Amino acid sequence: MLFSVIGHYSLILGLFIGLILIFFSIKNFRNSINLDTKILSFTFLQFILVVVSFLCLILSFVFSDFSNETVFNNSHTTKPLFYKISGTWGNHEGSLLLWLLVLTLFIFLFLIKTKDQPTKYKILTLVFQQVIIIGFFVFLIKTSNPFNYLYPIPEEGLGLNPILQDPALAIHPPILYLGYVGSSIIFSSALAATSLNMISKKWASHIKKWVLISWVFLTLGILLGSIWAYYELGWGGFWFWDPVENVSLMPWLALTTLLHCVLVLEKKLVLTSWVIILSISTFTLSMCGTFLVRSGILNSVHTFANDPERGLFILIFLFSLIFISLFIFFFFHKPNQSNLNNFFWLSKETSIIINNWFMMYFLSVVLVGTVYPIFLDVLTSEKISVGPPFYHKLIIPFLIPFLLIMAIGPKLKWIKSNLEDKVYLISLLFISFLLSFLIVKNFNSNFLINTILISSALYLFFVTLRDFFIKKKNNISQNIAHFGFSLLILSILFNSLFSTEIITNLKVGETFETSTTKIIFKNINQKKETNYKSIVGNFSIQNSNGKIDNLSPELRIYNQPNIVTSEADIKTTLLSDKFLVINLVQNQDYFNVRYQVKPFMLWIWLSVLLISSGALISLFKKEYEK
Amino acid sequence: MYGRKVKLRFLFVVLILITLILTAFLVLKSLEENVVYFQSPSEIKLLSELDKKKIRVGGMVKKNSIFITANEVKFIITDFKNDINVTYTGAIPNLFEEGKGVVAEGFLKDRSLFSATKILAKHDENYMPPEVKEALGIK
Repeated sequence: MLFSVIGHYSLILGLFIGLILIFFSIKNFRNSINLDTKILSFTFLQFILVVVSFLCLILSFVFSDFSNETVFNNSHTTKPLFYKISGTWGNHEGSLLLWLLVLTLFIFLFLIKTKDQPTKYKILTLVFQQVIIIGFFVFLIKTSNPFNYLYPIPEEGLGLNPILQDPALAIHPPILYLGYVGSSIIFSSALAATSLNMISKKWASHIKKWVLISWVFLTLGILLGSIWAYYELGWGGFWFWDPVENVSLMPWLALTTLLHCVLVLEKKLVLTSWVIILSISTFTLSMCGTFLVRSGILNSVHTFANDPERGLFILIFLFSLIFISLFIFFFFHKPNQSNLNNFFWLSKETSIIINNWFMMYFLSVVLVGTVYPIFLDVLTSEKISVGPPFYHKLIIPFLIPFLLIMAIGPKLKWIKSNLEDKVYLISLLFISFLLSFLIVKNFNSNFLINTILISSALYLFFVTLRDFFIKKKNNISQNIAHFGFSLLILSILFNSLFSTEIITNLKVGETFETSTTKIIFKNINQKKETNYKSIVGNFSIQNSNGKIDNLSPELRIYNQPNIVTSEADIKTTLLSDKFLVINLVQNQDYFNVRYQVKPFMLWIWLSVLLISSGALISLFKKEYEK
Repeated sequence: MYGRKVKLRFLFVVLILITLILTAFLVLKSLEENVVYFQSPSEIKLLSELDKKKIRVGGMVKKNSIFITANEVKFIITDFKNDINVTYTGAIPNLFEEGKGVVAEGFLKDRSLFSATKILAKHDENYMPPEVKEALGIK
């Protein structure tokens, strides 16, 4: 009760401070020698207020204060403490509060960390960021207040959706948000820099850090979500081309493109307009994602109680942000053309531009696949869905040139370049092709495309691997990231090519046998925990070479809300994952059993970590390549 | 003669245009081939000819209709006006229950038999896919 009151008033106060900040900023902007210390303190105060409000919500969850509507809807007394806390952001209101927290955190960090940039620029960035912050304050307080009262106070809450009660998913939202919402600061500062016409090499190296930070968190956030989907949803895949996954992939693609463009801008002061457009679109895509998910247009685990008013608000807000940014872009931006003259075809710039084209192509494929069903529904009320084949068909063939350019591009120099050690590059290409031919040889379907695909991924793998051993002018962070990417593509390819799966229905005690595998359903035991009962199935699986694995997948029957979830049992080794999941259909003796062997599963996760560590190294490295 | 800069620009614009046209062409063509339409049991009854393409069928799982054998699951999807029999081999999601909404993806054998290749998972007991809602006439 008390916490709700404090939390609620902190929010209102935070909104007022936003308005005060805009007022001070305008005053300070007129005579901007130094940044007004008041601005800094107020920004800090606003951040603290949101922190207080957020803590209040967490405490309400911890103490199961059911007079709070959000707590009532999403918590339960028997839930373990960890999930009470993570339940704070496992719902619409709480996650928006988290969004606000990240918004205020980033602008505060931005103001204290940005030192050698003009004061006007800092103030203007603050103003743009405050516009976003105020928008979200109003949105939160008006349509999704996390501190609504309930009277009479209910005895017990409704509980959190059990599939969200999972460690990976507990930290997935905060990490993802740091990336998703972190892109707001790129948006604000790009607009500020454009209005002041100060897009320069210096600005590029300053904004690069923020791009890297957002990028790392966004990547890790997507990774966590993907790992979760792998073991919790029971389908054994890591990416389903679900619209909700796509809306996180789109800002990621835009941000990755931006990351590469900023590098060009930092060195050559070209592509200025392009960098601005990308900065704007990254955050716009994040907002679009929020709109699509929160308005209930896309349905998924991220869709909470829907309210058309919320969708409408975000949509209006989104369009006004797009309008403001386009206005600023067209009226203030003066394209810089001086450097176009010394731009040769065989150069780093060209390879990055080609990279951008591919990225934009991937982005538009994902965008069309995600948005087209919505438009068709609105226009003709025909219900359709766009499945994985669409994306695979359009994306996979283009990965081949993409990977090859990724291997060769970094070897080129700025402005004009000749390829050095051609012999090496060509012989590596030959080796990769031979190797992939040998790998795919025994595989009959899609022989040609698989061979070429694997050889291009192997090529990138070998080229980047070799670069680790060449000392001179080596950009280690880039090399790690590209190496990681080749590893990712290889693992995904091998994973999809060599996965095997057995699905069958078994009664307790029965055995299922194929030519290579024998699945014995030994017995079941029952367990009882505070908030669920579980049925554990004990299986023993025998390979053709006589090796026996014991796997015990679980079925959990949660009491509040009353939902059954399957907990897969996964045996992970360096080379492959053995994945077993069971399900019981009501009133039947048969268990639905799904057994999968997924090669290189671990490497998919590891390679994404490797890619992120490349970005982290780049962030902390003081001296960049000269 | 035009300057180098103009030529470069021109080339750039042409390249961008070509890529855009190619992209649009590819995307549209692929959409045409890979889109999966959603139909309710009643709509299927009214089909003049059977489509060979993959479709989705949605509705409620009829009470007492689930029947499981060692390698197959049979059940009936209903929209309370018409029914369709479904046969399915594969993994069953947690929230697949009699009297609850379901979406199955697969191929029509005839107007009353559907061979499913996938049953779509839902995430929440209270959640019903909007397609199913519409098929059942709930607004």
